[in-house]
Parts: sequence; structure tokens; C-alpha cells
Amino acid sequence: MNAPLYKYGLFGDEMSLVIAFVIGIGFGFFLERAGFGSARKLVSQFYLNDMSVFKVMFSAIVTAMLGVTYLGWMGVLDVDLVYLVPTWYAPQVVGGLLLGVGFVVGGYCPGTSVAALSTGRVDAMAYALGIFAGTIVYGEGYPAIKDFVNSDARGALTLPEALNLPWGVVVFTVVLIAVGGFYGATLVERRFGGAK
Amino acid sequence: MSASKPRAPGSAYMNPYLAGVGLGLVLLAAFVVMGRGLGASGAFSAVIAWLMDLVAPAHAAANEYYQGYLEGGTHPLKAWLVFEVLGLAAGALLSGLLAGRVRLSVEKGPRVGNGPRLAAAFAGGMLMAIGAHLARGCTSGQALSGGALLNAGSWAFMIMVFVGGYATAYFMRWQWR
Repeated sequence: MNAPLYKYGLFGDEMSLVIAFVIGIGFGFFLERAGFGSARKLVSQFYLNDMSVFKVMFSAIVTAMLGVTYLGWMGVLDVDLVYLVPTWYAPQVVGGLLLGVGFVVGGYCPGTSVAALSTGRVDAMAYALGIFAGTIVYGEGYPAIKDFVNSDARGALTLPEALNLPWGVVVFTVVLIAVGGFYGATLVERRFGGAK
Repeated sequence: MSASKPRAPGSAYMNPYLAGVGLGLVLLAAFVVMGRGLGASGAFSAVIAWLMDLVAPAHAAANEYYQGYLEGGTHPLKAWLVFEVLGLAAGALLSGLLAGRVRLSVEKGPRVGNGPRLAAAFAGGMLMAIGAHLARGCTSGQALSGGALLNAGSWAFMIMVFVGGYATAYFMRWQWR
């Protein structure tokens, strides 16, 4: 098998949209299962009494990262053909900060807001309208901030390349950070979990 | 079910590690089948570009940002992320129905009214949209997908999301605590 299947031409653009919908179903299903259709559950991460956001996110990252790594080593998946969003450090750092603020102010991130609004959360509908409004603000303001948006460009860059370390070493380090983080998260929940 | 402790209707959430592994396998499937990760914010952008083109085509044509979604000859809504987000909504609805968690309600803490909560949700969505554009993706496209691919920019972004969230939490207690 040669993967990514789409990039090797196993199916066309029309079929890829069907696959998008099916993959989306899996995405939404597990987000809602985890409780991420609830803003209160999501923001609890930032009040330390429920660290589910960290646990779910890092279990998912480690699972997919190990999958990509082993499938790559086995020669099944051509990792170079998996799209890597290029890096622009400065705007991405500012963007991440804004997103973190927006997360606690609004209660969701874009993906979880869709899971929440489809299960009837009215605040998630207001949040989604806010995304639309923010997109218009960004679109209208784009000519003015274009230079900053495209500054500090590093191209497609991985952590192993940026840190000049072998891929396997970085993978192993991320696994260690995740496992240590899971243990730490449990301790934090034990301390802050009872207090509402 | 104990009668002494009132709780919201619906069954308990899945174990977070199990849900995370499930989510990770869905993400891995996207890498293997499509050669790309998951996303969410990009679908909202496609909708806005399409609406702007409908309402003010000359304005949309003159703006480089909207053009990014409109050029290429295909309909802006005939995009991978738009269909993926429609699936996301369907999958979440399915899970919610199975668990008895689908109901019209407002998620908020005990001390805040619906009006202020909805206003804050709207404001948070606006901040998030601007942040996601600067970062070239949101929690799904950058933190999750880029995180698993060891994308350098994604990890810088992810750390800053947590920094921004923890820095803001104290000032938002009125909404959640």
C-alpha cells in the first residue's frame, strides 16, 4: 500500500469530499464523547479542576504521531507527502495567544463550537457568529496587517529540523512529556478537582 | 442514580485517554487517506468568502484575502474542510443523541446571566477567528494536526494557546465559577 492514498491518485476530488464528511463524523463523535461539546468542561482546563483538554489532546497527538512515525518507518506512508503547514513564528505566537484568550472568553475553539452548537448549545451559536464577524474583521483588515501576517517565514519546518535532533528522539521526548503531563494532570485534579 | 446530588441529564463522558486515542486514530486516518490533517476554522472562512462574493462581488474581488478562497474556478463551499466540518456536526449530534445530551441550553457558570454569557461567547469567537488566521489554523488544524506531525510552528502556537488561556482565566471567573 502506498499512502497517502489521495496523493497517490487512488481516488479523485469528488470522492475526497465524501471522505471528508466521513472523517468529520469520527472527529465530531469523539469530541462530543469526550465532553467537548460543553464549554464548562472545556474551560475547566484553565481552572485546573478538570484537565480533560490536555489529556484528550495529548493522547490524540501521541496516537497519531506514533502512527505516522511507524507507518513511515515501515514504508507504508510517505510522510513527506503529508501536508505540513509552513511556519511563521511571530504571527503564530501572537495568533496562539489570541486564540487562548478567545478560548476562555468564548468557552470554545472553532471545532468544539461546532460540536456544541449541533447538540443545542445556544452560546456556541453566538460563538460561531463571532467567528464569522471576526473573519470579516480580519478580511477587511488584511491589507493593513499583511506584512506582519507574512513575516518571520520559515517554510515547512519540523521540530527535529528546528532543534537539529533525530526524528525518533523528538518522538520519544513528546511521549515522555505526555506521560509526565498525564501524571501531573492527575495530581492537579486531585488538588483542585473537588472545589467547584 | 443518587437523589442527593443533582446533575445534568445525559450519561457520563468517555474516559479522556480513550477518547483521545479515538480522536488520534481519526487524525491518523486523515493523514493516511488524504495526506492532510483535520481542521475547523478554514470552513468558517470559506463561508464568509462565499457570502462576501454574493453580497459585494466587486469588493470581494478587490480583496486579496477573499480572493484566496474564491479563485480556482470551483465553488468556495465545495472544499474539503467545509465537508469535514459538516461531518463534525453530524458526528457530534450522533454522539450527543446516543448519550442523551442534546438539548437547547446555555453553557455558563452559576453567577452570570444569559445575555452577558452570549455576548462573551460572541467576543471570544471574534478573537479566536483573528487568532486562527494569524496562526494559519486553530486547535484542530494547528495544535492537534500539526502537533502530531511535529510541526515547529504548531508547537510554538500550542504553547501560546495555553499561556493565553491561563493568563485570561482569572479575569473570566465571573463567567465560569
